[in-house]
Amino acid sequence: MAKVLVVTSGKGGVGKTTSTAALGAALAQSGENVVVVDFDVGLRNLDLIMGSERRVVYDLINVVQGDAKLNQALIRDKRVETLSLLPASQTRDKDALTPEGVERVVGELREKFDWVICDSPAGIEKGALLAMRHADVAVVVTNPEVSSVRDSDRIIGMLDSKTVKAEKGERIEKHLLLTRYDPARAARSEMLKTDDVLEILSIPLLGIIPESEEVLRASNIGAPVTLNSPSSAAARAYFDAARRLKGEKVEIVVPLQRTGIIGKLFGRRVA
Amino acid sequence: MNLLDLFRKKPSAPVARERLQVLLAHERGAHGQSELLAKLQEEILQVIAKHIKVSKDQVHIKVDRADEIATLEIDVEMPDLSPLAPSRTPLASARS
Repeated sequence: MAKVLVVTSGKGGVGKTTSTAALGAALAQSGENVVVVDFDVGLRNLDLIMGSERRVVYDLINVVQGDAKLNQALIRDKRVETLSLLPASQTRDKDALTPEGVERVVGELREKFDWVICDSPAGIEKGALLAMRHADVAVVVTNPEVSSVRDSDRIIGMLDSKTVKAEKGERIEKHLLLTRYDPARAARSEMLKTDDVLEILSIPLLGIIPESEEVLRASNIGAPVTLNSPSSAAARAYFDAARRLKGEKVEIVVPLQRTGIIGKLFGRRVA
Repeated sequence: MNLLDLFRKKPSAPVARERLQVLLAHERGAHGQSELLAKLQEEILQVIAKHIKVSKDQVHIKVDRADEIATLEIDVEMPDLSPLAPSRTPLASARS
């Protein structure tokens, strides 16, 4: 049965889009049928991170309003056959999204895919609420930093009250994805530790993504980090998180960037 | 000041943790309270509406919290029901 997953955070710039692309690609690489959906109407960016910005013809708004069929708007990834993108509109504003339209499109996506991954806009307003509305599972992306933790707390409250599942009295599955984590700084008490964030937010941990140069490199190129540099520390952490989403038990560790002496000598020049 | 202190920065993460714990304990309470008030307002309005014609903006509910006690204040603007005078609204008293 299809699962609808929302990647959300409240705060902007913490890594929602990066995580949507990386998790979506990781799940698709493991054979799952995945669509990543950009809900950030007016400020779309998932197409850029996925490297599909020049292939956008129709978008989510066109499908919601009935101007295009779902199949016309879906962009099949060129690298992973089982990965598709439904882009957001760049010209319209978020008011063009209607609750009924979103419900219909999410329903259609559920029939076609195993995973429908919704990339939420930042904030706690209409766009973010519509992105989380039909979710079965939520991934709350949080940086180990005070403002991000506070906003995540707020979003968790909304997941528990404003989603269809919550309104039916069911439990929405929530997971914490801690991104831009620096284990060395956390060890020196310069950064909130994983346990601090977990204790404050009290939702289960999906993964710890270490701060990594590979994330920017992947976004420069237009590829999810799990496709562009699958052996990097960040990508390995995303692969583990994707396996946990599928229900596998994977021990949580912070992967370290492997830099051998050769890599150190030539890494910068080659890259 | 110890000479070593010049080189040793005070760890800031525990401060962040404590600030968040205090703040969120407060914010979670406040958020729950505003939802409670909205619900109270709606239900009180329903009860009153059974007997008297009032609109939503004529019912005000407020909670005040002091150190020892909290008070719940319910303020209903009554329409022109002359037997219930003195009414709060000048309009009603003028008509009675």
